[in-house]
Amino acid sequence: MSMTMTQKILAAHAGLEKVEAGQLILVDLDRVLGNDITSPVAIREFENIGATAVYDKDKVTMVMDHFAPNKDIKAAAQCKMCRDFCDKHEVTHFYDVGRMGIEHALLPEKGLVVPGDVVIGADSHTCTYGAIGAFSTGVGSTDMACGMATGKAWFKVPSAIKFVLKGKLNKYVSGKDVILHIIGKIGVDGALYKSMEFVGEGVKALTVYDRLTISNMAIEAGAKNGIFEVDEQTIEYVKAHSDREFKVYKADEDAVYDETYEIDLSQIQSTVAFPHLPENTKTFDEIGDVAIDQVVIGSCTNGHYKDLAEAAEILKGRKIAKRVRAIIIPATQDIYMKAVENGLVKIFIEAGCVVSTPTCGPCLGGYMGILAAGERAVATTNRNFVGRMGHVESEVYLASPAVAAASAIAGKIANPLEVLK
Amino acid sequence: MIFNGKAIKYGDNVDTDVIIPARYLNTIDKKELASHCMEDIDKDFTKKVQDGDIMVAGYNFGCGSSREHAPIAIKESGISLVIARSFARIFYRNSINIGLAILECDEAVDGIADGDKVEADLDNGIIYNRTTGKSFKTQPFPAFIQKIIENGGLVSSIQKGDIQ
Repeated sequence: MSMTMTQKILAAHAGLEKVEAGQLILVDLDRVLGNDITSPVAIREFENIGATAVYDKDKVTMVMDHFAPNKDIKAAAQCKMCRDFCDKHEVTHFYDVGRMGIEHALLPEKGLVVPGDVVIGADSHTCTYGAIGAFSTGVGSTDMACGMATGKAWFKVPSAIKFVLKGKLNKYVSGKDVILHIIGKIGVDGALYKSMEFVGEGVKALTVYDRLTISNMAIEAGAKNGIFEVDEQTIEYVKAHSDREFKVYKADEDAVYDETYEIDLSQIQSTVAFPHLPENTKTFDEIGDVAIDQVVIGSCTNGHYKDLAEAAEILKGRKIAKRVRAIIIPATQDIYMKAVENGLVKIFIEAGCVVSTPTCGPCLGGYMGILAAGERAVATTNRNFVGRMGHVESEVYLASPAVAAASAIAGKIANPLEVLK
Repeated sequence: MIFNGKAIKYGDNVDTDVIIPARYLNTIDKKELASHCMEDIDKDFTKKVQDGDIMVAGYNFGCGSSREHAPIAIKESGISLVIARSFARIFYRNSINIGLAILECDEAVDGIADGDKVEADLDNGIIYNRTTGKSFKTQPFPAFIQKIIENGGLVSSIQKGDIQ
């Protein structure tokens, strides 16, 4: 049959036995997602189409996470527009303050995505769910509107790049370092329009959370989606979060890939992306003294419990540098609660960090940690574009939770291995 | 469709955060979004842009966030067409969906300087640099995509019955 994982999922949702790269197809959607900044545009277009009902009130999903808790009056009006829409259309999965989390951490946690699903979301990081074997991709608000109305979306079937993983990660190296390493290698448009498919023995050595981080940033290489082969760990994770039945798709032996990369996880070192592109990666042998003003640990990329635990291990019993503000943002309420119960929040506060309610906040320069001109932040977020976290003359350095925590202590970009010496 | 305007040129990897910074995404008002278009890489953009002008850029234009506010802001600011070496996929899709004309053409990007007078014939996929007299050929969009752009986007096309 010679199809990739992605092509098989798309074929099944288009009612076709076989699809080929480049083919235009119409697929059925298992979930249509939006947030508080993209949904208002989608709602306007939904009404412009003349749609009167959503295609499935259990499948349309809205999460108020970007500027919520409302950062200002306009943000409040946008959330209200979403809330009113979801009330009117009896949308089951509307997540508001108190129940919400950062959407791409929340959906897997709530069991709203299972392997083999097709998900579109009006948020570029919707590609995150590839980590659990789903096809998911970011779209704009008009696609979201049409998806909410019809339950369908058109796609050009993508070709794929295969990443064969082997070996095991070293201590203080995590999924973030893997994806930064890959983006550094292939560039911010290295996978443009394509699927990234992650296979090989090394997959088993990565936790589901490492995989979520890796798939999350597939868009940062321009990819349409980033999908992992499903293994026992995936199945265990999915069963713990969802009762839904699911189907596992594996690439055919003779599937055709545009390129294949072999990645030895044991060779990957802590990696930092310098301003202003995620492809500007450096390892510590190339990083000199870069003083910092702020650290952000959170976001859809690295706001999982595992990420907070890695940061806490480093921050425990230590104080952050005097000139540094460290902002910790658990991605969901469940993660927040677990961080409270297990003493992580105490460790963070004693170290001099602030712990926030779940929000995308500073990642996209919304609020909760905006940078002034000339300031630098080490962030576990996903983008370091000009002005991304504040002033156009501020700088964002992308890194893992371990590097971010070590940097907060050192007051400069720091290798955890050095700080813990 | 024929577009005429002066070229406003940028480099590679123009991301949607600089096209419309997130701090302005607390509104869906098109005029307000347009008033901040390109602000973080070109403070003078809104002052110099005139109706019909053509944006010219390098690789991976529109990368990053899926915000449809980005092509909306560009279109509402008066830009008639964006010519780039390549577009990020979500931006590409969003542009067609909202009726912002886009073309991929390496030669045109090489052969057009900031401020040049440019004419683009979308039906035939030909771009003319009226300042230098050079012309560039590119792949025209299929008729149904051109119709969507002409109608002002996917939703207008559905409203007009051109797409069922």
